[in-house]
Amino acid sequence: MEAIMNNERAMRFIAPTLFGVAMLLIWEVMIWVTQAPVYLVPPPSVIGSQLVQDWGLLTSSLLITLQITLTAFVCAVTIGVAVAFLFAQSRVLEVSLFPYAVVLQVTPIVAIAPLIIIWVDNAFVAMVICATLVALFPIISNTILGLRSVNPGLLALFRLNKATRWQTLIRLRVPSAAPYFFGGLRISSGLALIGAVVAEFVAGVGGTRAGLAYQILQSGYQINIPRLFAALLLVTLTGVALFVIMVTLSKLALGGWHESEISD
Amino acid sequence: MNSNAQMAPQGGMRGADPSPGEEVVLRAQGVEKTYPNGTHALDEVNLEVRRGEFVSLLGPSGCGKSTLLKMFAGIEQASSGEISAYAQGDESMENPSHGMAMVFQEATLMPWSRVAGNVRLPLDLAGVPKSVSTPRVNEALNLVGLEGFENVYPRELSGGMQMRASIARALAVQPKVFLMDEPFGALDEFTRNRLDADLLDLWRQRGFTVVFVTHSIYEAVFLSSRVVVMAARPGRIIADIPIEGPEVRDEKFRVSKPFIEYCRVLSDHLARANQGEC
Ligand SMILES: Nc1ncnc2c1ncn2[C@@H]1O[C@H](COP(=O)(O)OP(=O)(O)OP(=O)(O)O)[C@@H](O)[C@H]1O
Ligand SMILES: [Mg+2]
Repeated sequence: MEAIMNNERAMRFIAPTLFGVAMLLIWEVMIWVTQAPVYLVPPPSVIGSQLVQDWGLLTSSLLITLQITLTAFVCAVTIGVAVAFLFAQSRVLEVSLFPYAVVLQVTPIVAIAPLIIIWVDNAFVAMVICATLVALFPIISNTILGLRSVNPGLLALFRLNKATRWQTLIRLRVPSAAPYFFGGLRISSGLALIGAVVAEFVAGVGGTRAGLAYQILQSGYQINIPRLFAALLLVTLTGVALFVIMVTLSKLALGGWHESEISD
Repeated sequence: MNSNAQMAPQGGMRGADPSPGEEVVLRAQGVEKTYPNGTHALDEVNLEVRRGEFVSLLGPSGCGKSTLLKMFAGIEQASSGEISAYAQGDESMENPSHGMAMVFQEATLMPWSRVAGNVRLPLDLAGVPKSVSTPRVNEALNLVGLEGFENVYPRELSGGMQMRASIARALAVQPKVFLMDEPFGALDEFTRNRLDADLLDLWRQRGFTVVFVTHSIYEAVFLSSRVVVMAARPGRIIADIPIEGPEVRDEKFRVSKPFIEYCRVLSDHLARANQGEC
């Protein structure tokens, strides 16, 4: 025990796991004691067996949600980086367009999702657009911030050595922006998932194209609370997985040099 | 900088006393500088640096030494007056564009690039092929005593080592004109003296022109063929003193009579510069 407590890495993993298991046990016991009905709060064991029972249905829904999330995430990163580079190249463009990026960011997606779904025939495309809109802003703002926060001394050095605009961009601005960009990725990947779930709620596409959010909605209507929890669990795990992937990517890219990623 | 001895001297003896009428490579004519925030950094500076000279700028903090150096490098623009640099020539793939290199007051290394990558940067930017740049990078690293640190990130170096990497980056350019802004300020006395001597050797062998900023009177006298004393608020030149030293300056020069006399003169000028400030 002492050894584990002293090992920071092991503790980081073991401590939250123990806490989680303890909470699940308490939850199970509380329901057993209070005899709360399953249609209000199901115990973890029931949720688990429901997950196994509905595995086929839920995983195919998970795939749909993942498809929307990942497509939107890729779109957001591509568009976001492109916009950030444009803004960084032209001050006029940034000054005239950035306020609208902010408007886009502060407008609640639930409020405009119905419009998008009416305007765009293909439900999948409509949902991807919604999720992209949610995930876009952190990429734009972080990448711009990064492209602009270049060490002035290094900029002078590049100028002294007659670096071209392109050389300065590739060899100086892009690496300087990388830590900010990866910070943006972390936020944006989570937002893409949230955007996908919201879009699914609004679109309400069922049948073979039903995503996890639709399953949650349906389970609610049918008072199939264990399935609702099982779907919820999958959404959460997806979000966590995305986060972990982004952290790993960032570590791979910056691990050698950036303060935030240097493990001691 | 310890492999100098093996290098064949090029172009004969240079420097210690430039013959008058030699080509001017840097010139500031009535140069003033006011920064956008209103700071009047320099007032009416006139300075000529001839080919092969070793000129030190000596003065209290904030008197505009870095500003003047940056204007010579073309990084800052003069508010009025004229700066000219005649360092051009020899434009080829092997000899990057302008023949001017600057060592900044801070190491200014790219944190994402290893030492070798940082030192290679000016050559890469000039499109020098790897086959040419690699030996030059290695040579420069040897000169500053950083051999074996090629594949280390800057954050893994001490402050003094970072500064030496930064000097190596400037050396790799094989500049005609070398602008150095307190390059050894972050080093201990012993290392500083050693690098001073090595720099002097290199200067004698290669015959480049040096403008060197320092706070140290001893360093200025030891290195320079001319010391320019500046005062602050506003930054201006108050004295311009040629240093006549022996052909080869070594540790003996540091304790010689003329050396001490020069130090006394400069110290008087500096005292005057500091008085004017308050
Ligand atoms: N980028 C800048 N913007 C505004 N003011 C500046 C800037 N750089 C320098 N200054 C001001 O100009 C004056 C001269 O600065 P400079 O850096 O040239 O001094 P210095 O002689 O190199 O000093 P030190 O010996 O401390 O390095 C100072 O008063 C400083 O505050
Ligand atoms: Mg300075």
